[in-house]
Amino acid sequence: MQCPKCHAPMHTYNRNGVQIEQCSGCRGIFLDYGELEALTRLESQWSQPAPPPPAPQAYPAPPAPAWGAPHGGGHGHYGHGHRHKSFGHMLFSS
Amino acid sequence: MTTAPLLPELTAQAARAAHTDGRNCPCEATVLATRPDATVVRHAGTVAKAHAPGTDPTELALRLTTAARLPGILLPPLPGPPPATTTPTALHDRLVTFWPYGTPVDPDAPEAAPWEAAATLLARLHRSPAPPGLPPMRGPEKAARAVTRLRTAAPGHPAARPILRAWTALPAWARAEAPMPPAASGALCHGDLHLGQLVRYPAPGGPWLLIDVDDLGTGVPAWDLARPAAWFACGLLPPEEWTRFLGAYRAAGGPAVPADGDPWAALDTAARALTVQTAALAVARATAAHRPLDEVEQAVVDACDRMSGVPVELAGDPAK
Repeated sequence: MQCPKCHAPMHTYNRNGVQIEQCSGCRGIFLDYGELEALTRLESQWSQPAPPPPAPQAYPAPPAPAWGAPHGGGHGHYGHGHRHKSFGHMLFSS
Repeated sequence: MTTAPLLPELTAQAARAAHTDGRNCPCEATVLATRPDATVVRHAGTVAKAHAPGTDPTELALRLTTAARLPGILLPPLPGPPPATTTPTALHDRLVTFWPYGTPVDPDAPEAAPWEAAATLLARLHRSPAPPGLPPMRGPEKAARAVTRLRTAAPGHPAARPILRAWTALPAWARAEAPMPPAASGALCHGDLHLGQLVRYPAPGGPWLLIDVDDLGTGVPAWDLARPAAWFACGLLPPEEWTRFLGAYRAAGGPAVPADGDPWAALDTAARALTVQTAALAVARATAAHRPLDEVEQAVVDACDRMSGVPVELAGDPAK
């Protein structure tokens, strides 16, 4: 399609799932019916405060071996907060 | 004793390799490591490494060749001082190799650990063809050496019994008492992955590469995933970091684990072996320092203790 203002060809782009046409000449943007609302909705999602992080239980814990640390492995308290100095050393040694 | 003259001569060799024009330079040499199995010195952009006494020159040369052939995965070796050659040179009873300096993972910020890069490099390594004649990777040998050290240094320690019980329950290949299972051991493996085995090259901002070819070889690729797996299983590595590591390995097409689902049938033996190795060294070190185990070391020993109640999972076990 051609730009109604400068008649240069318009190209279709996808912005966050919304199809928009932009003029290759004057860079003007054409929105189909409902696309402005879709973009506004996306914008309001961006500007809303981020939802609080879900509780750890909300994600399934990765599988762990039966001999792993209690509570499914990986849920031990050593790795949380600042790392234990001894584990820091372990990460780097043969 | 050869340790006394080794360091100054290694330092001099690093300088000669760094400045082939032979002029004196204002650079300061840095000793990066002095361990029984390696002495490593940096001079400007060049690092000289004296390998463990008794290192086989043919095997080390094959491992160097492998590194030279995989420049996007392994740090490529440098020619040594004139006459420049990338085959290992002898210094006293040690073999010496030369490498470009790369920036390591910051030991004070392990939370910034490049888990995705490590996993992707491993997946690419495991998918690379091994050069003909390359010896097996030495992971199981290393675990066996740690257990020998425990038996020698701290046989009466209360933690020795659960560690040794977990060790003897492992299949013979994982204890370096039999060859690795041929069907599952054809991959090119690093053999000793931990966060000290990654550098950015060119320093300081280049891509991450794997270093240290001493244990490189063909083998069971799950061994290279087994340290992070063991840390996660012992409750030391947060599940999110383990998930990032495993996910990146799978995304890069790594062959050590199935593409989805529970990976533990493939990881169990190697993760147990690395847990035993870590516990054995921790107890030996704590005994040598006349101190009790700290809570992290105890967590690894406790995991060994729990293993005796759970049969080893075998990859391909139809029960899984």
